[in-house]
Amino acid sequence: MNEKINELEKKQARFDKDRIAWRIGLNNFAKNLFSLSTIFAVVVLGILLYQIVAESIGWLDWKFLTSNLSIFPEKAGIKGAIIGTLFLMMIVIPVTLILGVSTAIYLEEYATEGKLQRLVKVNISNLASVPSVIFGLLGLTVFSRMLGLGSSILAGGLTMSLLVLPIVVVASQEALRAVPGFLREASFGMGADKWTTIWRVVLPVSIPGILTGAILAISRAIGETAPLVVLGIPTLIMKIPTGVMDDFTVMPIQIYYWTLDTVLTPEYAYLASATIVVLLLTLFMLNLVAIIIRNKFQKTF
Amino acid sequence: MEKNNVREIIQNNIRKKNHFSDKVMPKFFLVMAFISVITTFGIVYTLIFDSIKFFSQVPIREVFSTNLNPLSKTPSFGFLPLINATFLTTIIAMLVAVPIGMAAAIYLSQFASSKLRKVLKPILEVLAGIPTIVYGFFAYSFVTPLLMKLIPSLGAKNALSPGIVMGIMIIPMVASLSEDAMNAVPEIMKDGALGLGSTKLETTLKVIIPASISGIAASIVLAISRAIGETMIVTIASGSSKNFTFDITQSMQTMTAYIVEFTSGDAGSGTVGYYSLYAVGLILFTFTLLMNLIAQYISRKYREEY
Repeated sequence: MNEKINELEKKQARFDKDRIAWRIGLNNFAKNLFSLSTIFAVVVLGILLYQIVAESIGWLDWKFLTSNLSIFPEKAGIKGAIIGTLFLMMIVIPVTLILGVSTAIYLEEYATEGKLQRLVKVNISNLASVPSVIFGLLGLTVFSRMLGLGSSILAGGLTMSLLVLPIVVVASQEALRAVPGFLREASFGMGADKWTTIWRVVLPVSIPGILTGAILAISRAIGETAPLVVLGIPTLIMKIPTGVMDDFTVMPIQIYYWTLDTVLTPEYAYLASATIVVLLLTLFMLNLVAIIIRNKFQKTF
Repeated sequence: MEKNNVREIIQNNIRKKNHFSDKVMPKFFLVMAFISVITTFGIVYTLIFDSIKFFSQVPIREVFSTNLNPLSKTPSFGFLPLINATFLTTIIAMLVAVPIGMAAAIYLSQFASSKLRKVLKPILEVLAGIPTIVYGFFAYSFVTPLLMKLIPSLGAKNALSPGIVMGIMIIPMVASLSEDAMNAVPEIMKDGALGLGSTKLETTLKVIIPASISGIAASIVLAISRAIGETMIVTIASGSSKNFTFDITQSMQTMTAYIVEFTSGDAGSGTVGYYSLYAVGLILFTFTLLMNLIAQYISRKYREEY
């Protein structure tokens, strides 16, 4: 009898051991599978960057950055697109900053809990998920046709500002919320009124956070294509823009048209790659600045 | 005036300022905040206003047909090919993004060491920050030729390649939103399961995921919304064929690509073709808005509070 029980217990122990080994094995298998998935994303990023950089070699040089557009691939450059991007930012940066920070100040400092505040909040989060091509349609109708701005830098800049507005609002809100209450109370205690407190105390403290958000918004605007295509930016612009009412082109648009035209002129693929490298380097640099601001100037209380 | 009487200085200051800034500034900021609301109304207004002009000229039965030929002399505006293409590319993107994004989220939140996470997360963020036009170029000039080696019948423009690349683009979004949801599950629950002898995999499948399912589901719905609204990848790599087909190896045009093709072409203002842009835009806007509302509903309704 005892022997039989012993036998059974041994069997049970072996069974348990097998089962635990199986469970641990499964766990390790899953871990490897999950890590492979994550690595897949990294590998794709690597391939993408490698492909584009490899194609741009030999085409990306100082001449490429400083030459005008041309139908001959060897002579073509992106001076116009770079200047167009700079002009576009001259509109986008002030407009989004003023609108975005003001909206955030309203939501965080002035608004009282209620329908009005909820409306603005819900609206911002919904606006953030409207497809960019729809913003293009808005810009086409309101700025291009109703206000008669055509496909000028001003029309493009205003459309782009509305598109990236939610990014600045959300980032500024977080920055304002992070300002500790005792700073405000100290300011009020000294007899300052609300606006003085915001202007002299709250905003200076939250500027690093706001700037980080602004830079993210700017990099989104620099890389965005669809709304500008919808506005009807002409295909081939030889003229360099000199004012905000001029027609213009930007780097993503240039990439778009060159990619489309690779069917006719295969060399355009190299031009597109070279432009992508310039675009990605610009975005990389902007993000680097954002990280430096975040790490260096962010005060913690 | 005596300067050393504090009370007098304060009262003098109050009289001087007359609370001007405290009266005007709140109103100023309210107006600024309302510009975002006006933007939304502007979008809805332009879409509906011009769509009405479209629907008054094109019978609804034609809109729900498969015959799309906007530029012919007797144009027809059946939007089903566009809707079909949008959904096919979205499904392909989801087949890529959801499994890989979820796996990455589970790995980052449950398995990876904090050192590894510090390396991997920024890389995913870089992937998320790459402009879509770059992905479009990548799909057209690299992924499509690569797939052609596997599927010889693949067209130079097709739905498969942009679908896959769109999925890759969305991986970081699914991964980071799902990871946030999983990290929000209280540590005690996880420790409890591990303490009872569960492996990490069992803890993840039986405790973490059920507890964070609302956040995970919301992230997937938001990803769908993103894929529906994605423009440049499909415009470049999927082309502009207006055929109604389920063959993903062939060119097909999504709603977003239709808008881009038509505006960058020369559709004169006031023609039916021009108004069709807004009708397609309205359908697109409705779809994405619906997805966002569903995502908000899911994360509010099925949220587990701990």
